[in-house]
Amino acid sequence: MSLKIHKLIHEIATKTSTVDAFLNENTFPIIEGSHTTFVYVGEATEVRLRHWVYGLPSAQPFIRVQGTDLWYHIIELPQGSRVEYKIETEIDGKVEWIRDPLNPLLAHDPFGANSVCQAHGYTAPDWTENDPEAREGTVEHIVIPRTPFGTGRRVTVYLPARFRKTRRYPLLVVHDGGDYLRYARLKTILDNLIHRLEVTPLIAALTHPADRLIEYPNNSQHAQFIVDYVIPTMERRYPVYNSPKWRCLMGASFGAVASLSTAWRNPEVFGGLLLQSGSFAFTDIGESRRGPNFAKVVEFVNAFRQNPGRPAEKVYLSCGIYESLIYENRSIVPLLQEAGMTVRYEEARDGHNWENWRDRMRTGLSWLFPGPLWMVYE
Amino acid sequence: MAVGILLGPQRLAPTVGDELENLGVSGPVATITAGWQEREAEDQELEQALKVKTHNLNLYARCEEVFREDRSLFREHRQKQDRLRHLQDLYRVRLEYTLGAARKLQEVRLPTDLVNLHFDSAILAIRALDEEHIRLTTEVRNEFEDRVQPWTRPHLAKQIREVLDILNNCNAIAISGGNVVTLLNRLRLFHIAAELRQKPILAWSAGSMALSDRIVLFHDHPPQGPGNAEVLDRGLGFFHNVVLLPHAKRRLNLDDKRRVLLFSRRFAPAACVAMNERCRIAFDGRRATAGADTLQLQQDGTLGPLEPSCL
Repeated sequence: MSLKIHKLIHEIATKTSTVDAFLNENTFPIIEGSHTTFVYVGEATEVRLRHWVYGLPSAQPFIRVQGTDLWYHIIELPQGSRVEYKIETEIDGKVEWIRDPLNPLLAHDPFGANSVCQAHGYTAPDWTENDPEAREGTVEHIVIPRTPFGTGRRVTVYLPARFRKTRRYPLLVVHDGGDYLRYARLKTILDNLIHRLEVTPLIAALTHPADRLIEYPNNSQHAQFIVDYVIPTMERRYPVYNSPKWRCLMGASFGAVASLSTAWRNPEVFGGLLLQSGSFAFTDIGESRRGPNFAKVVEFVNAFRQNPGRPAEKVYLSCGIYESLIYENRSIVPLLQEAGMTVRYEEARDGHNWENWRDRMRTGLSWLFPGPLWMVYE
Repeated sequence: MAVGILLGPQRLAPTVGDELENLGVSGPVATITAGWQEREAEDQELEQALKVKTHNLNLYARCEEVFREDRSLFREHRQKQDRLRHLQDLYRVRLEYTLGAARKLQEVRLPTDLVNLHFDSAILAIRALDEEHIRLTTEVRNEFEDRVQPWTRPHLAKQIREVLDILNNCNAIAISGGNVVTLLNRLRLFHIAAELRQKPILAWSAGSMALSDRIVLFHDHPPQGPGNAEVLDRGLGFFHNVVLLPHAKRRLNLDDKRRVLLFSRRFAPAACVAMNERCRIAFDGRRATAGADTLQLQQDGTLGPLEPSCL
């Protein structure tokens, strides 16, 4: 397959085109079928593509087009892939990671932002965008003054559009609630999916950790906070069902570990779990190589694998194929099924990031909290 | 044929007020918003859109009250609903395979005359399944009504008398959309179809579906499940030979000729009508007329103007 970059190289050699014309005529990275061409323009000793696709070398060198300051790198990406990346430049020994200056598409996370490559076949789902027809829910903040952590904790509460105190609602407890709102558009998504009748109107309690690396890996104080403080507070202040069937815990990465361990410690409290890219590291023998932050995670997941019990009736699980955690997530599916839980497992050609978790919410939420889509014609 | 106008969704671009004028009705109008369930009474915007005095029949709230007072009726009703739900589940299992066969045949690349032969048979099998489902649901409902005779029970009878008093003082009926199962249930339970039929009717979305011969639930791309359109039940049968598809633009893949063709042939000779915003079908008691933007799914897989003479 002849790619645009190859045509440019030929035209530069024959002096029939220029780098400027090439830059004006294309958007970057250039997607041509399964081939993606990344381009960087500037003086440098070396340029590399930095990404987080597990299985590929994490730094991939660009090639300089002779006689120009244009660099390029081609990779093959399967249909539907979405990859976050940065460009690494090395100039006189000084190495710098930058966002792709030619690509305006960014994904934000608590560490900043990455450039985004949307391969052939990927489009951001329309239900993640603001829908002017969708009635909007509201967000308010409450404070739980005393908690097992010894300090008060803020909880952000999502109330669906047309909220009524006389009605009862399911309760969704969300770990890293602020990040889900900021980086995964949780409020917009809830508004849209409830408006589309794909998800039943629900109330969400969005929690905010002080130190998630300490609080999330099977921490008894955290489990107590959720079960003995957050849930009773929500039941006291809002019309939520007082039944496990209508309670769900949700989280991503370490937040998924917190969700699973809280439900594991408190069987028959939660009917559903929504676990995204869970950091379910374990060892069959020997030590884990994932470092000290994972020590308590490994300890918990090993114990869970030994004795899973039945933390919930229904578990929705998702993971990106390009994550290093794909093996761990695939491994946990049969374990949950054998323990008698109904499992819905979904994979995507994406990485360990908030937009992957954003794109999976429709399937997860509509499976755990199905709305009256088939029956309602407004 | 009753007198009335069936409309597309009204929330974003209401036309009910103008349509009421077209019917020559000055009000008051009896409204039925039972499809909105517990939001039934939130009808202020509807009254504004109708531009006349309205009286909500409150069928949902009245029914809830009856169920609280007559627990035995409530239990019988729930048992009947459970049986209907089970029937729907069982029908859905068979439908998946029957519809699947027809879809598979649409993809087969073999001599066209032979494929068509089998495709026609596959359509007949779907139609037979749909008809059987309607027969079974009708049997369940008839058995319940014959045995329980809900409208003769004192609490419900009292509510029905009040509803009929309101109806007698109204010049037209407006039936909104919402949950079509709830709406149909309430309309049946109150046993007021004969009285409703005497007045000019405006109905939209689920309201219009409930007044047709046959109610079809549909969505081509739901987040869960295969998206197979399924027959729910008979409607009240005020308006014939029409399958109404509110929000068709949003809920159906109207660009997919195979799906459109299959939908249209499955329910023929009834016209499958895409009822989007501003669509309308008017019935004057003898004949029907359709709005210029009101399109039907055609047997060649395209959309075309609704031919009112077939209604």
